[in-house]
Amino acid sequence: MNYTTRLATLLACTLLSLTARAADFEGLKAGVFTPAREAPDFSVRGSDGTALTLSRYRGKVVLLGFGYTSCPNVCPVTLAVLAQAHRKLGPLGSQVQVIYLTVDPERDNAERLKQYLAAFDPTFVGGTGTAAQMAAVRSSYGVTAEKHGTGSDYAVAHSSFVYLITRDGRLRALMPFGHKADDYVHDISMLLN
Amino acid sequence: MAIATAALAAVGWAAFTPVTFASREETFEIPKGTWARRMAGNKAEILPSQVFLTLGVRDVLLLKNMDDVPQIFGPTLMMPGQSFRLPFEVASSYQFACTAHASGQMTVVVDEQPDTPWRRLAWRTRRIFRIVA
Repeated sequence: MNYTTRLATLLACTLLSLTARAADFEGLKAGVFTPAREAPDFSVRGSDGTALTLSRYRGKVVLLGFGYTSCPNVCPVTLAVLAQAHRKLGPLGSQVQVIYLTVDPERDNAERLKQYLAAFDPTFVGGTGTAAQMAAVRSSYGVTAEKHGTGSDYAVAHSSFVYLITRDGRLRALMPFGHKADDYVHDISMLLN
Repeated sequence: MAIATAALAAVGWAAFTPVTFASREETFEIPKGTWARRMAGNKAEILPSQVFLTLGVRDVLLLKNMDDVPQIFGPTLMMPGQSFRLPFEVASSYQFACTAHASGQMTVVVDEQPDTPWRRLAWRTRRIFRIVA
């Protein structure tokens, strides 16, 4: 087999493998990215008091959401669904990490995030930082957040989806708001396998 | 008489002919050079602010970024060469934040599966109104 033939065979195999991998994820309930890019890493202040990085959870499936503790409707629903999915996963739940990054660092400090998330699931980890830090993380994920209102009673309109990140740190899928816990269980099980 | 017969035939066709599409995917693509054209002042819309899908026959939104730069497209940030395939399983109206639109919003309307004569008739009627509107 000459060099050109070998190269062509290698390219064909790679293409077939990539196509097969992409097809593997077509059954997900979430929206699927092809190819999956590396999820941007970040370093912010964790609700557990330590530096929170995405890379810390390499080896687990990470569900990454953006919201804030004063959110009146979207965040409580999303977190309740994630908590329910986490419970339904049973022992597999230990291979999954929920990270919730605030879009309202002005009000959400680490302690407040910790208390808020613990009400849904004590294993959930929150992240906060300076306004510039959090804006940079949002930008790297294409997440929008816009402050509405003045005074201390303002609201933040924000992207409501949850990113699904694979064990090897790839940003594979995006679950829009409104999906049920069973959809998360279905997709997480696929990603874990 | 002839008009009534033709109208009846049209209604019968609309009610009893199955709704089919070549693919379940409704595809939108950002062509190469879009960013450069936008920078030059061309504000052509690629993704409509309302997308209509139908369960069972065309219920997957497929977005492709063929440009050389990352783009916020529909609900998400897409890298050059990346595609995003979003399936829908429930008939409803879905709102997504989308910076590509002046309204900042994109709506995906997912219709029920047109699997009965009445639903097919309703689906085709809605489609005509949407095309006309």
